[in-house]
Amino acid sequence: MPLKIDRGLMHWLGVIAVTLVCIAIQGDISWMKAYPKSLVVPFSDWMNTGMQWFIDQFGAIFLAIATLLEWPIKGVQWVLHALPWIVCTFLFCLVSYIASGWRLAIFTLFAALYIVVLGYWDESMNSLSLVAISVPLAIFVGFVFGVWGFYSDRAERIIMPTLDILQTVPAFAYLLPILMLFGFGTTVGLIASLLYSFPPMVRNTIVGLRGVPSEIVESGIMSGATPAQLFWQVRMPTASKQILLGVNQATMASLSMVIIASIIGGTADIGWEVLSTIRKAQFGESILAGIVIAFMAMIMDRITSGLATQSAEYNRKQQTLFARYRYWIIAAAGTVTFLLLAKLIPAFQEWPRDLQFSPAKIMNEGLTYVVVNFREEIESIKKFAFFYFMLPTKIGLQQAVSPFTWGFELKLVHSLGYAVMMVAIACWCARRWNNQVAIGVLLFAIFFYFGLTNLPWPALLLIYTVAAWKVSGPYLAVGTLLGLGFLVVTGVWPQAMLSLYLCSIAVIISFLFGTAIGIWAAHNDRVSAIVRPINDTMQTMPLFVILIPFVMLFKIGDFTALLAIIAYSFVPAIRYGEHGLRNLPEGVLEAATMVGCTKSQLLWQVKIPLALPVMMLGLNQTIMYGIAMLVIAALVGTNGLGQTVYIGLSDGDFGVGMIAGIGMAIIAIIADRMTQAWSKKRQAELGISV
Amino acid sequence: MRAHQNPSKNTIKLSCKNIWKVYGDDPDQFFTSGNGAVANAHAHADQITKDNHIVANADVSFDVHVGEIFVIMGLSGSGKSTIVRCLSRLVEPTAGEVMLDGEDLLRKTESELIEIRRHKMGMVFQSFGLLPHLNVIDNIAFPLKLQGVAENERYAQAERVIELVGLQGRENNFPKELSGGQQQRVGIARSLAVEPDVWFLDEPFSALDPLIRKQMQDEFLRIQSVLHKSIVFITHDFHEALRIADRMAIMRDGGIVQIGRPVDLIMRPVDDYVREFTRDVPWESILRAADIVESHQGSVSGMKKISGDTLIESLLPYLAEHESGVAVEDENGAIMGVVTARGVVAALAAGCDVDIADADTAD
Ligand SMILES: Nc1ncnc2c1ncn2[C@@H]1O[C@H](COP(=O)(O)OP(=O)(O)OP(=O)(O)O)[C@@H](O)[C@H]1O
Ligand SMILES: [Mg+2]
Repeated sequence: MPLKIDRGLMHWLGVIAVTLVCIAIQGDISWMKAYPKSLVVPFSDWMNTGMQWFIDQFGAIFLAIATLLEWPIKGVQWVLHALPWIVCTFLFCLVSYIASGWRLAIFTLFAALYIVVLGYWDESMNSLSLVAISVPLAIFVGFVFGVWGFYSDRAERIIMPTLDILQTVPAFAYLLPILMLFGFGTTVGLIASLLYSFPPMVRNTIVGLRGVPSEIVESGIMSGATPAQLFWQVRMPTASKQILLGVNQATMASLSMVIIASIIGGTADIGWEVLSTIRKAQFGESILAGIVIAFMAMIMDRITSGLATQSAEYNRKQQTLFARYRYWIIAAAGTVTFLLLAKLIPAFQEWPRDLQFSPAKIMNEGLTYVVVNFREEIESIKKFAFFYFMLPTKIGLQQAVSPFTWGFELKLVHSLGYAVMMVAIACWCARRWNNQVAIGVLLFAIFFYFGLTNLPWPALLLIYTVAAWKVSGPYLAVGTLLGLGFLVVTGVWPQAMLSLYLCSIAVIISFLFGTAIGIWAAHNDRVSAIVRPINDTMQTMPLFVILIPFVMLFKIGDFTALLAIIAYSFVPAIRYGEHGLRNLPEGVLEAATMVGCTKSQLLWQVKIPLALPVMMLGLNQTIMYGIAMLVIAALVGTNGLGQTVYIGLSDGDFGVGMIAGIGMAIIAIIADRMTQAWSKKRQAELGISV
Repeated sequence: MRAHQNPSKNTIKLSCKNIWKVYGDDPDQFFTSGNGAVANAHAHADQITKDNHIVANADVSFDVHVGEIFVIMGLSGSGKSTIVRCLSRLVEPTAGEVMLDGEDLLRKTESELIEIRRHKMGMVFQSFGLLPHLNVIDNIAFPLKLQGVAENERYAQAERVIELVGLQGRENNFPKELSGGQQQRVGIARSLAVEPDVWFLDEPFSALDPLIRKQMQDEFLRIQSVLHKSIVFITHDFHEALRIADRMAIMRDGGIVQIGRPVDLIMRPVDDYVREFTRDVPWESILRAADIVESHQGSVSGMKKISGDTLIESLLPYLAEHESGVAVEDENGAIMGVVTARGVVAALAAGCDVDIADADTAD
C-alpha cells in the first residue's frame, strides 16, 4: 500500500511538529513547562467558601437527617449483635438455600464459621447493618427514579447524565461533601453507599421497563387494565428479572462503598479492620479480614442474582397453607430452636475468646520468610518494571536512561538511533496498516522519549483535543479542551499527569494481555471455563481486598498500585475480548473459510477487525475499572489525583479534594466518550451493532 | 356461519370511515379538526410523505357486520397492524371516525374505553403477548382478574374457554413451557374469556409452522361456528384469507385497494397488485357450487343435493363418478341448478386463463 498523504495525516503531522516545537522551547518559556502558579484560578477556595456558606445555611437539616438515619442503623446493629451468632448463621443459610440451593447454603455456613472462629463477627455485623439499611433505601430511591425516567423523557434526559457523573466521580470524592454535611458517624457510610448504589438500580429499572415487549403491554391494555394495573400487573412482573439484576448490582455497589467509607474511621467495621492492619503492615491479619469481605461479597452476589434468575422460574401454585408459608415456618422454628440452644450452650451465643483461632501469626512468619528469601527476585522484578517501563513513561528515556538504571549513558547517537528507528517503524506501519497506526507509533515514541510528565501542557492539550475531534467531532473536542483546561487552570495538571501515567501503563498492559486471554478463551472452551469464575470473583471482590497481596509482596509504591490496577482492570478486557469473538455473524466466518482463509488469516483479517468495536467497549471498561482502582491505590502511596483526594479527605479540605475528584471524573468521562465514539464509528462502518 | 347465510348480516357492528394515521413531528397539521375525508387521498398521502412524515394508514374505510369474518391482507408494512390498532384505539388515529355499535369510539373517555375493552373487545397478537409470570389459567383469567371477578368464578370461566380451545391439562404450565401453537391457544382463550362481541386477530398464526397453522385455522373456524363473533382478522397469507374470510380487504401503502368476497377479488381484481396476490390460488378450494351452478331443465330427483355453499374441491370425487352431476340448493332449499364435471373443468380452465392473460401482460 503506497503512503497516502491525506488531510488527516497532514493534521497529525502538524500536531507532532507543534509538539516538538513546544518541547524545544519549553526550556526558555517557563509557562510552557509548568502553568504559572499566579494564574491558578482559586476554584478550591471558592468551593470551600461556597460549601461553608451552604453548611451555615442548611447544615442543621443535614445533621437532623444524620441523627434520624442513625437510629435504624443502630437498631439493626443492635438486633444483629443481640442475636446469637448461631441464629444469624441459620437465617443466612436459609436465605442462601432459598435463593440458590444447598451449595450456597453450605458455603454460607462455612463462611459464617470462618468469621466466628477467627473473631470477626462483630465487625462483620457492623458492616452488614449498614448494607442492610442502605440497600433497601437504594432500591426504593432507584426504583422511583427509574419509573420516573421511564415515563418521562424529559426526566430521563436529566437523570441519565447525572448517573454518569455519580458513577464516574471516584468513590472517595463522595465521602468529602457527605462528611462535611453530615458530620462524622455511621451515616456517612450509609449516605455514600446510597449515592453510589442507586444508579445501577435506576438504569436497570429503566432498561427493564423499556424492554417489555409492546405486544405484552398491548395485550394488557386490551384486557382492560387501568394504568395502575398495567404498571403493577403487566409491566413490573415482565420486567422483574432485569429489575432484580439492578437489585444485585445495587447490593454489590453498596457493600463496596460501605467498605470504602470505613477509611474515615471510627466505625469498627470489617473495612476498617483491613485498612488499619494494612497500615500497620500486619498482612496476615489484613488478608484474613479481607477474605471476610470477599465472602460477604460473594454470598450477597449469589443470593441476589439467584433471586433474579428464580423470578423467571415462577413457582407453581402452592396448594397447602404449609407449603405456601413453609420458609417462614422453618425460619421461625429454627430461630426458636437455636435461641434455646444458645441459652444452653454459651459458645453458640458468643464464641469464646480463647477458642478463637487465627493463623495470622503463622502467615506473617511465612510471608517474612518469603520476603526475606526471595528478596532478590522480588526486587529485580520491581526494578525491571520500574526502570524499563514506568520510569521512561513518567519522565522519559531522556532522563530515565542512566548508567545507574540502564547501564549506559544516553548519548546523542542513541537518541538519533531511537528517532530513526521509530520513524522507520511508523513508515512501515503506514504501509502495512494505515496512517492512524503510524501516527500512534510516532506519538508513543515522543511520549516515551520525553516522558508524560515532561511534555508541555499546551502540546498535550492540543493532542487530546485533536484526537477527540478525529474520533467524534467538534462537540467532544470542545468538551475535551474545556475539561483538560479546567485541570490546567485549577493547577492540578501535574497530579493529573501522574495519575494518567500510572493508569495508561496499567490499561495498556491489561488491555493487551486481557484481550489476548479473551481471544484464547474464545477459541478454547476449557480456558473459558477456567477464566470465567476467576473473572466473576475479581469483579465481586471489593477493591481493597485486591490491594492486599500486592502490598504484602512489593510494599507500597507505584509498582504495587500498578499491579493492583492491572489485576482489577484486565477482567473487562478478557470478557469483551471473548464476547466479541464468540458473537461474530456466523455467515461471515463461513464465507471467509470457504474462500480459503487459513486459521491465522481468519483471526487477524476477519475476526479481530469485526470484533474490534466490542473490544473497544472492553477497553472503555478497562479504563473505567483502572480509574476506579487508581483512587483506591492512592491508599498505598501513589502520587496523583487519587492522593490529592485522599489528602483533601484527611485534612477536611473540601475544595482541594473535590477539584481532584472532579479532575478524575473529567479524565474518566473524556476517555469514556472517546472510546465509545470510536467503537460506534467502527460499528457504523462495519454495519453491525453490538 | 357465513355472512350471506347470516340473518343479521346487514347489521353493522364496527365501521371505520376515512381513517388516517400519520407518524411524525406534527401529524395534525395535515387535517382540519381530525376530518379524514379529503378530496384526493393519494395526492394527500404523497404530500404528507414529502413533508417527512410516515403515512401508516391513508383514508381507510370499511364496515364489519355482525358475525362476519373480515380479513385484512397486505404486504409487510402496508398498515394492517396499524388499522386494527386504530379500531381498538391502541393507536390514536390522526383523522377519521370509528363507530362501534353506532357509537363514536374516538369520543370515548379513557375509563369508558377500559369498560369497552373489558366487555366488548378481544385481541389476539402475532407473538402471543402472554404474561411470562402467569401460568396458563392465570393468563386466561387475567382480564377477569383486572375486573375484580372473584377467584372461583374467574377460574370457572377460564376452564370453559380452556375447553373451547382444547388446552385441558395444561392449566398449570407457564407460557415458556408451551409450544407456539399452544401459546396461541392461550392467547385466543384469554381474548375470549370476557366474551367479547368484537374480536381482533393480528396475524395470529403467522408465527406457527404450516401444519400447526392449518390445524389452528380449523380450530378457529370451529370456535367461530359456535360463538359467532364479529371478527377483524389480519394475515399476509392469501390461502389463510381464502379459508376463513367472509369478506376481505387488500391494503397497500396504508390504503385499501379492494374490498369484497374472496371470489370477487379473484374473479375481478381491480389491478395487478391484487392479481399478484391471487395468482396461484387453488381455484377448486375457493369456488363454491353457487358460483358455477348451471341452469337445469327437468327433474333433479335422484341426484345428490348439496348446498350452494359447498366447495368444489369437496365435490370432485363424487363428480368423477356421476356424469349427471349434483343438484344445488339455496338457503331456502329451492333448487338453483346443477354442477357437472364438465362445468367444473370449464371454470377451472377459466381460472387458468386469467393466469395466462396475466402472464402475457407482464411480458
Ligand atoms: N410507532 C411508529 N412510528 C413510526 N412509524 C410507524 C410506527 N408504527 C408503524 N409505523 C409505520 O407504519 C407502517 C405500517 O406499519 P404496520 O405495522 O401497520 O404494518 P403491517 O402491515 O402490520 O406490517 P407487518 O406485516 O410487517 O406486520 C410501516 O411503514 C411502519 O414503519
Ligand atoms: Mg403487523
